[in-house]
Amino acid sequence: MSKPMNKVKVAIIGTGNIGTDLLLKVQRSPVLSCGLFAGRNPDSEGIKLARSLGVRTSLDSIDAIQRDPGCCELAFDATSAKVHLHNAPILKKLGKFTIDLTPSQVGKMCVPVLNLDECLKYDNVNLITCGGQAVIPIIAAILAAQPETEYVEVVASIASRSAGPGTRCNIDEYTQTTKDAILALTGVPRAKAIINLNPAEPPILMHNTIYAKIAEPDMARISREVAAMALRIQKYVPGYKVVLGPVAESDRVTTMVEVVGLGDYLPRYSGNLDIITCAAVNVAEEYARRKSHE
Amino acid sequence: MNDLLFFDSTLRDGSHAVSHQLSAEQISNYCEKIDGSGLNVVIVGHGNGLGASSLQVGLSALSDEKMLRCAREKLKKTRLGVFLIPGFGTIKDDLGPALDLGVDLVCVACHCTEADVTAQHIDYVRQRGKEAHGVLMMYHMATKERLLAEAGKMQSYGAQGIMLMDSAGASDPRMVEDTVRHLSAHLTVPVGFHAHNNLGLAVGNSFTAIKAGAKIIDGTIRGFGAGAGNCQLEVLAGLLTKVKIETGLNLYQLMDVSDQVVAGIMKKPQEIDSVALISGLAGVFSGFAKHVKRAAEQFHVDPRDIFIELGKRKMVAGQEDYIVDVAMYLAGRKKAEGESYDIGSLL
Repeated sequence: MSKPMNKVKVAIIGTGNIGTDLLLKVQRSPVLSCGLFAGRNPDSEGIKLARSLGVRTSLDSIDAIQRDPGCCELAFDATSAKVHLHNAPILKKLGKFTIDLTPSQVGKMCVPVLNLDECLKYDNVNLITCGGQAVIPIIAAILAAQPETEYVEVVASIASRSAGPGTRCNIDEYTQTTKDAILALTGVPRAKAIINLNPAEPPILMHNTIYAKIAEPDMARISREVAAMALRIQKYVPGYKVVLGPVAESDRVTTMVEVVGLGDYLPRYSGNLDIITCAAVNVAEEYARRKSHE
Repeated sequence: MNDLLFFDSTLRDGSHAVSHQLSAEQISNYCEKIDGSGLNVVIVGHGNGLGASSLQVGLSALSDEKMLRCAREKLKKTRLGVFLIPGFGTIKDDLGPALDLGVDLVCVACHCTEADVTAQHIDYVRQRGKEAHGVLMMYHMATKERLLAEAGKMQSYGAQGIMLMDSAGASDPRMVEDTVRHLSAHLTVPVGFHAHNNLGLAVGNSFTAIKAGAKIIDGTIRGFGAGAGNCQLEVLAGLLTKVKIETGLNLYQLMDVSDQVVAGIMKKPQEIDSVALISGLAGVFSGFAKHVKRAAEQFHVDPRDIFIELGKRKMVAGQEDYIVDVAMYLAGRKKAEGESYDIGSLL
């Protein structure tokens, strides 16, 4: 039996839905431990939960890390795009490996199943958006089968109740960043992203539709690539599932994916939290494993 | 004194009725003829607004830029407006460029319970020195107290008016009166009403809204719009003239544009077909109609059943992709149970 490695200490900035869901996943990790859970909102449910778990908390957000840089080696930022613009240079100066869960576009855009190795060479990794994490791998799979794909369009529908104030006040960056990341990471020439907050009760599961415009789609090849990609994503996002397609209607190929959450913080309909927090933990754990081999 | 404002959505809501295929010539001609008729603003673009041309809701024949250039060139006295739903268009790709082209007014719209997604866009429009209005779509799905709370948020972001949008045409006159009166009493900015005609009440409900304190009416010439169409502006103008409410509108000019321009753009007269009626009853976005018809044919299910199921699932505009899901579900159910819904399940 190999001897247990030292856990890497992490800080989570932002105590909203995403930060809190992330905390619960970090708590379960064999290689990570939470040294600080910090935000600004004194009424945050997440702060109360963290305290009850015996995790060190602070209401001074990034300032708490500046005061005590030893609290972490790695920082997750689950605040908002605007706040990350402020936090990023501070974390860089402190030498903290940063995993950004806001749509700020500051760091290297990362979808673990596509470019994790490359991203670990950077000091700031950006996880795009939950919709981006859900659809970009599928688009990459379609492009692998049909590099001549002309256009892709994605529609992410998330339950209104699972979108916290951070997501809502970032809806513009969310839409723009999802589109920009599709272009940057898949090589498709034209793309569009649409996001939809659905107020339906009971809340809907996180649902993503991917349309691809391909002159003569080779459906057997596309289906094979998409199925293989879905299996790879399921390794770090267990609730990820292709629920329809790919199916073709003349030159339009449609694929729908749903993400059932683990139900860590919010109920299982909030797959939008899981897909990005699972990706964040995946990046952090890989960082920690490599660190232990150095 | 005339303190009523009229927003003209003919070239925006009407775009739905022609699957977003308005031509440059149609837009130019319409704008030239409607200019100076007393309408406050002409709103132009894809039915779902800036950046909405998509496989999801339909591709436009023309880019947003082309449509706005055509309209801008012809509108000399009447202002030019656009519609934007956050989550479709973005500031960088769509809203910024539209303002650069000379747009005067922006209606920032969202589902009636989600006003906080409009903060960034309303703020941006105001910072650019243009007029911003907030639009609460599918207003029939929320209580008047909730609507006031959401409208209050938009007002706090800088919205200079709040439009209640009866997207599904699901209003009866009492709902309109009750809601408009409540909002008008508590907001400092003017309240507006945008009707759909699914229950044959678009003009009537707009009239009721005015009586209850609405200061802005959003409608279309000849009722040209999604589903059963909108409040027919020239008819409302005539009615208001009859009851001696000052409008500042040139009634004959509106009638001429209706007969000579809009009749030629429309593919068929605006009517309330059964699908439009059922969407009003089910309280579902009437812009779904074409997608529902297509899915009903593809899966051999009754389009009315699709609407009722969409209503039960509280589907909102922008979720066109769910229609196929629902049609498949109903087809499966039909196979298993061999039965159909009846309208009683709505009541």
